[in-house]
Amino acid sequence: MLEVRDLSMRFGGLLAVDQVSLDVGEREIVSIIGPNGAGKTTVFNCISGFYRPSGGTITFKGRPIQGKPDYKISRMGMVRTFQHVRLFSRMTVVENLLVAQHRHLNTNLFAGLIKTPDYRKREEKSLERAAYWLERVGLMEMANRDAGNLAYGQQRRLEIARCMVTEPEVLMLDEPAAGLNPNETRELNELIVSLKEDYCVSVLLIEHDMSLVMGISDRINVINQGRPLACGTPEEIRTNDDVIKAYLGEE
Amino acid sequence: MVAQNFRHALFCAFITLIISYPILGLNLEARGVSITLTGAETQTYVGIALAVVIVFLFQLFRPAIMETLGQVKAINPMINREPMPQEKRVKFERFALILIVLGAMFWPFIASRGAVDLATLVLIYIILGLGLNVVVGLAGLLDLGYVAFYAVGAYTFGLLFQYYGFSFWMSLPIGALLAATFGFVLGFPVLRLRGDYLAIVTLGFGEIIRILLNNLTDLTNGPDGIGGIPDPTLFGMEFGRRVKIEGNTSFHEVFNIPYDSAHKVIFLYLITLILAVFTLLVIRRLIRMPVGRSWEALREDEIAARSLGLSRTAVKLSAFTIGAFFAGFAGTIFASKQGFISPESFVFLESAIVLAIVVLGGMGSQLGVILAAIAVTILPELAREFSEYRMLVFGAAMVLMMVWRPQGLLPMTRVHINLKKQEAGVTDHA
Repeated sequence: MLEVRDLSMRFGGLLAVDQVSLDVGEREIVSIIGPNGAGKTTVFNCISGFYRPSGGTITFKGRPIQGKPDYKISRMGMVRTFQHVRLFSRMTVVENLLVAQHRHLNTNLFAGLIKTPDYRKREEKSLERAAYWLERVGLMEMANRDAGNLAYGQQRRLEIARCMVTEPEVLMLDEPAAGLNPNETRELNELIVSLKEDYCVSVLLIEHDMSLVMGISDRINVINQGRPLACGTPEEIRTNDDVIKAYLGEE
Repeated sequence: MVAQNFRHALFCAFITLIISYPILGLNLEARGVSITLTGAETQTYVGIALAVVIVFLFQLFRPAIMETLGQVKAINPMINREPMPQEKRVKFERFALILIVLGAMFWPFIASRGAVDLATLVLIYIILGLGLNVVVGLAGLLDLGYVAFYAVGAYTFGLLFQYYGFSFWMSLPIGALLAATFGFVLGFPVLRLRGDYLAIVTLGFGEIIRILLNNLTDLTNGPDGIGGIPDPTLFGMEFGRRVKIEGNTSFHEVFNIPYDSAHKVIFLYLITLILAVFTLLVIRRLIRMPVGRSWEALREDEIAARSLGLSRTAVKLSAFTIGAFFAGFAGTIFASKQGFISPESFVFLESAIVLAIVVLGGMGSQLGVILAAIAVTILPELAREFSEYRMLVFGAAMVLMMVWRPQGLLPMTRVHINLKKQEAGVTDHA
């Protein structure tokens, strides 16, 4: 599905990401872990097209996407969330979900002005999809509230729902559990597994919560100071000496 | 504490004195060729002294005064009122808009000629305000050169008439489309810009257009402007005493009624009203369409919008183009109303006024923009006696608004979207 080979990203003299490779297969949950400042989010930014990588190749569904503009990559079916929640906070919850379905809608100006049948049909469909996902993440009651007024955990869930209404094939989550209480983290855990099982979505995950990462990941990539340190199943990573020294800490 | 208060009060009084005395108490008078400095009349001095004493006393007893004022606020019945719920506000806004449009339809038949003429100007500002609202209020792109598109619309009509004899109705769509093209072209260089930088570039663009109009003397007649621009016609009927353009008939002759100069004013007013309502309805639809939502999304968070597949280029250009389109509309009407245009009508102050209308109205709120356009255009007319202090009053009103109601007269109402499942859920509970 997604193949990253020898990805490098240089900011001036700083080599933030150095020769990182990773693979995400269909219906797989792959995690990236590593100490703060290791370059995890930079990898994300390169894959999602926010940065133009200095070197390496990124292939999505068999096509090279490195250097493509971000909005095109997301239209191909790979969307992301952000480390700090980025909602359209002065728009309502439903509107947030409608904006995300832009490419499913009839965006022809005249079709919208005179409300052609096709326009209405697509608009209705997108509302149904929004309703479905609101129900799914338990935000139905909040549908017409301003997104900025939601509690933090709800905002996190809305952000994931907003990605899901675009019907992606790969979902990239940047520290989705940050700031959540243990209860919410457990719910998130279930949600991510269900995305994979029920909606056939592959997930690329950055996370510091080890119980979450170890519990749901099919494979884990460890990055340290921009360089790949290890890659393997949760069991292999847990017992890898380098990883323990650099990140997990010795017991 | 008391000593500190006293010192502070003394200081404030002193500042009042050194500000007001040179401005009010000293006059320059020209006597022949020489200019002499003379003192003002005694009552001015008394006034200054009184002002100083008032400032001194107010500052001295400020804590006590503020406390009393605080109690006054507490008995204000409005303070604890709950804000209107969202659904109610949407209904209220629609109701108010219909009421305003209905009122505007009957206005020319009850008001004087001057009042109708002023109302036409108000409508032009409403169109401008609604158009700029798309760019600034919805898309969040601070445009300080909006008047340029207004000028493009006006000059398109002026020039097409002068060189090719085009009528109002032919020029109206051309003017609007040309202005839209200019908006589109300006959009390109500013795609990457935001906030302050964008404001500066658009400001420069506005000035470029004005200076071009001023200096392309061969084409635009420079500062002398273009005159004799015709009024709109009704199916080939003119509203003047005599027919100016061959082939046209005149309104009063066709209907066999005595000539009345008010007919022309009323007709222009009604056309402007129709165009304003058209603008209102089109933009109202646009806001609820995918393109309107993407404007807002871009304003709220550009990075998130892009990550969801919105193209920054398409969204920004559409906002600029549509905003400019309506400015071109307003410009054509303006040219027709004045009959004469010159670059002087399109100075930065005009941009500032339209921007003030959008900000005062509450960014994004259509009803707010309409109310603000009415207030901003009519207040200076009502305050003619204070004409010297007009800008001072205007500025003070802006500052006070920003301090007390930064969200504008009427903040934008969000559309309430009913989801089928939710409705079902609600009935279950009931």
